[in-house]
Amino acid sequence: MQAKRSRFLTVMLTLGLAFFYVPMILLVVYSFNYSKIVPVWGGWSLRWYKELFESREVWSAVSLSLQIAVVNATFATILGSLAGLAMVRFGRFKGRTLFGGMIVAPLVMPEVITGLSLLVFFITLNQLFGWPSERGFATITIAHITFSMAYVAVTIQARLTGMGQDLEEAAADLGAKPFKVLTAITLPRLTPALISGWLLAFTLSLDDLVIASFVTGPGANTLPILIFSRIRVGLRPDINALATMIILVIALCVAVAAILMFRQQRADQRDRKMAEGEEH
Amino acid sequence: MTALDTASDTPWLDPDGQTPLVQIKGVTKKYGDVTAVDNVDLDIYPGELFCLLGGSGCGKSTLLRMLAGFETVNGGSITIDGVDMSEVPAYDRPTNMMFQSYALFPHMSVEKNIAFGLQQDRIPKSEIKDRVHDILALVELQDFKKRKPQQLSGGQRQRVALARALVKEPKLLLLDEPLAALDKKLRKQTQFELANIQEKVGVTFVVVTHDQEEAMSLATRMAVMDAGRFKQIGTPTEIYEFPESRFVADFIGSANIFEGRVTEDVADHVRVKTEVCDVFIDHGESVKMGSKIWVGIRPEKIRLTKADKPAVGENQASGIVEDVGYLGESSIYKVKLSNGQIIDVTAPNQLRPMSRQHGITWDDHVNISWEPSSAMLLNS
Repeated sequence: MQAKRSRFLTVMLTLGLAFFYVPMILLVVYSFNYSKIVPVWGGWSLRWYKELFESREVWSAVSLSLQIAVVNATFATILGSLAGLAMVRFGRFKGRTLFGGMIVAPLVMPEVITGLSLLVFFITLNQLFGWPSERGFATITIAHITFSMAYVAVTIQARLTGMGQDLEEAAADLGAKPFKVLTAITLPRLTPALISGWLLAFTLSLDDLVIASFVTGPGANTLPILIFSRIRVGLRPDINALATMIILVIALCVAVAAILMFRQQRADQRDRKMAEGEEH
Repeated sequence: MTALDTASDTPWLDPDGQTPLVQIKGVTKKYGDVTAVDNVDLDIYPGELFCLLGGSGCGKSTLLRMLAGFETVNGGSITIDGVDMSEVPAYDRPTNMMFQSYALFPHMSVEKNIAFGLQQDRIPKSEIKDRVHDILALVELQDFKKRKPQQLSGGQRQRVALARALVKEPKLLLLDEPLAALDKKLRKQTQFELANIQEKVGVTFVVVTHDQEEAMSLATRMAVMDAGRFKQIGTPTEIYEFPESRFVADFIGSANIFEGRVTEDVADHVRVKTEVCDVFIDHGESVKMGSKIWVGIRPEKIRLTKADKPAVGENQASGIVEDVGYLGESSIYKVKLSNGQIIDVTAPNQLRPMSRQHGITWDDHVNISWEPSSAMLLNS
């Protein structure tokens, strides 16, 4: 009975994992396929990687996406943190509930609506002020900031609420003025949340296809836009190679994060042991 | 030090002509419709260790937070050392606070935690170093200055928190449940340490606590709070032996309370008729003849004797032992009186029973009695 059940569980686990990872493994395998037609196996080759690295179009898309993602993540983190701070640390100011609602609204707004409204907004701006004369890096970045700062605000808000106010009050009590409390206590304590907020905004931006498609202009292709437009005319092996590269980068990031977390856990454990050693 | 000097060391016992360090006048704090602190007045004198005692939600912490400047005052005023605090932000007040959670900065070492307050005052580095060193010696943590708070035991963290609050030499140190996070044994030990440190540094302490034993053992004076008001302010002895109301008598320690009517009220004694017996109190109290009143008697002030005949007369009654709680050093007896009321009596177990059984046990007929000075007159 026991053996049977565990076999059942093993099978279910295998199926579950297969469901997640077989498509990705296929993708990786096909990226090394010599054949030009994706499902037809033509032997191992690095042909598509070579083509990928030689393609200026792909590199400019990667570079544009990364630039947008970094600028977006930075601004979204700053603005989102300020919004989170206002929500949690400024007491019950007038219109707080409305403000809180407006912060989370972009999270539930359909992307099509956000994209469309931003497009209308940019066109209106252009007519009134002559800016932005062409859509691309700036418009996509602004669009991404508007929705990803909502995610950061929520992350920061949760962290601030969880932290409680004791440490900040203690600092003020010891004579630190509000700005000093912010820089010496609040921000250092917020660092993990700031980092995860930044990474979240970064990923959201790299990932976004819908909103970017609305507010981009001719010649400004982000990576998702490029991939999607190429796929539309059929599966292409060089896209597989690109996707494999992306998977590799993500896997590396996850590994680094896991190592850092493991180290932190070990340090916490050591602290606890040390503290226990002090109890009589 | 002579007896005369001692008197001037305790200005709170003879406040006439003394200047209080803290003056709280008509202070009120409201959260929406809820009144947390309701029009309270209090003077605290230099060198005091003043305890605010009360159950949760009685307003004691709110009052402390108003002294620290974390909460604004809705009405009334707080003056510390002659300066009105209403416009003074928390970071400019001559107060420091020790938090219940200790609120140690987890990203700083013990040394840096303690130095933080001094750095805000732009004190020269060498002086900071000396003062941190001295305060670490006072709390006996010299060997731990490089550690992070999370690498310390609960008792050590408590001492870091105390050192960090004391190092700025505040005029007033506010302590929010300073011992609540410690285990029982450590708490008892730390109680005395805390009182010793206060005596050594001479800073005025205001301590918030819900633990009456803690308040009694620490305080020079204490205030019992309930529903945002002070029920009584006095020395621990005054509060315990001379409670003014049923609430205080019941909140501090335990008390057997009888309802009665004043039948005699003269300069040197009072007589109250209760259902249990006539109570004779051998000191004058200002009560109204014929008025309804309550008499309280502490369990340890009642004598318990085995008896065949019921007791008749003043300050005594008889009953049956319903229950016995053996605590080792003493026992608690639940005695059911003839009118059905159950009263508590505690008696020290002074003699070691050779038969391994105590003299008074379940279902014994007993008489109880007390001294004329022991009964306390209480208003509602």
